Amino acid sequence: MKLLYFAWLRAKIGISEETVELPAGVSTVGELLKWLKRRGPRFADALQDASVVRVAVNQDYVPWDHPVRAGDEVALFPPVTGG
Amino acid sequence: MIRVQREDFDVGAEIARLTEGRHEIGGIVTFVGVVRDTAQGDRIRAMTLEHYPGMTEKKLGEIEAEARRRWKLEASLIVHRYGRLEPGERIVLVITASGHRQAAFEACEFLVDWLKIKAPFWKLEETSAGPRWVEAQSGDDAATKRWVAE
Repeated sequence: MKLLYFAWLRAKIGISEETVELPAGVSTVGELLKWLKRRGPRFADALQDASVVRVAVNQDYVPWDHPVRAGDEVALFPPVTGG
Repeated sequence: MIRVQREDFDVGAEIARLTEGRHEIGGIVTFVGVVRDTAQGDRIRAMTLEHYPGMTEKKLGEIEAEARRRWKLEASLIVHRYGRLEPGERIVLVITASGHRQAAFEACEFLVDWLKIKAPFWKLEETSAGPRWVEAQSGDDAATKRWVAE
């Protein structure tokens, strides 16, 4: 699965994208976030307040209970500020 | 039509290209968003717009399609820039054209409201106190609610 990070999430985590194997026991966005938070201090810091994290799966906004599968493109970012 | 680009746009040329020969059009509404030089009392030297290539185009296309479902538009265009922009520089252009003015006015406002909460852009401001990520405005959410209520 491809993971993308944007804006201050990218800055805090320190990378803009990576490819990972779908972790065992992870089948939803919420479970993926929990798994990511345990990957190290940078992830824990960036993801500590889930209320300011938005997620897109395959370029559509999704809620925490949305399924994730191997091969998905999953993006994490703060609320958008365009226009 | 939608476009996401680093370079500036020429408003007059965009209107001309979009509406040339389209004599069913009776009204054209244009919105241009520009970079302000202050935010929350701080001087802004510049801002850098980051976006999610691919998803940005997808979301802008969906928003435009939604506007065209709700209003009878003869033509529409959204151009959104990314990269580093200084105060006074243009950020976004929305043009709507319709047979009568009301549809163009309403659809243009709808598009601007919705792209602020749907299009994956983020702004990093360069202020006198250092770089600062712009936080989403709750007013932007409120502005879109009235379109849902209809």
